[in-house]
Amino acid sequence: MFEAFPYAQPLHGLAGGILIGLAAAMMLLGAGRIAGVSGITARALKIGSGDMSMTSAWSFLVGLPIGAAIVALAGGWQPVQFASWPVLVIAGLLVGFGTRLGSGCTSGHGVCGVSRFSQRSIVATITFIGAGVATVFILNLIGGMQ
Amino acid sequence: MSVANRLLPPLISGTLFGAGLTVSGMTNPERVRGFLDVFGRWDPTLVFVMGGAVIVMAIAWRIQRRMKVPVFGKKFSLPDRSDLDGKLIAGSVLFGVGWGIAGLCPGPAVASLALAPTTVLPFVIAMIVGMAAHALIPEAKLRPSKRAAR
Repeated sequence: MFEAFPYAQPLHGLAGGILIGLAAAMMLLGAGRIAGVSGITARALKIGSGDMSMTSAWSFLVGLPIGAAIVALAGGWQPVQFASWPVLVIAGLLVGFGTRLGSGCTSGHGVCGVSRFSQRSIVATITFIGAGVATVFILNLIGGMQ
Repeated sequence: MSVANRLLPPLISGTLFGAGLTVSGMTNPERVRGFLDVFGRWDPTLVFVMGGAVIVMAIAWRIQRRMKVPVFGKKFSLPDRSDLDGKLIAGSVLFGVGWGIAGLCPGPAVASLALAPTTVLPFVIAMIVGMAAHALIPEAKLRPSKRAAR
């Protein structure tokens, strides 16, 4: 399979995926909650409802860049290319509004919900992957948007 | 609940999460867009990320069913809805379009604040503005009216 996709990194993907699974398991079994980044972000900024304490919400969010920094310092990260800032702003608005309207993102629906066989999360995950595939296809067709 | 119980489990979870996103290449927007580029230069890496995470979490859910309370908390606070509605679909479509445009979703965007802070900041600010915009719209306006549905 991988001769066809020489640029894929299945082992890095699997290792990182297991770490993400352990992170979500820590949140579930340790704190009794879903490790959903969009929901926790909204909660930390008092935009979202729920009963998660500010201490818990902020410590999870602060952990994300700390974990990324540890991997980068250990040499497991190379600089990457981002879209231009106007494109990032458009995408950010859509991601922020959409994840709130749809009650979750890749972490809450895609990892925590799908593994629980939640009907809502499975439908949401299929929908956002489908919308993402269609978006990339159309953008490639009209010559990109970077 | 003690401060340590409120602070440490989420902090450890977030740190593992950020490390996992970075190790797996999910903080690289091009790799994520590569996964969505099914009809072009498809990159299957994200399948392994999701697969690894979902397998570990499926085991965690089995353990959770046998627990009365979480290890460091008083009760489980978990979503209990199972109905499908227009908001779930519409929201997921909007999210998916944004995800496809930039190759960023909330987790990698927040984690990238340590990797490329100035570059990713416009995305994070816009994401917060989008979240706030949703919070400002009255619930009634987001719910399709019953008359229209009939």
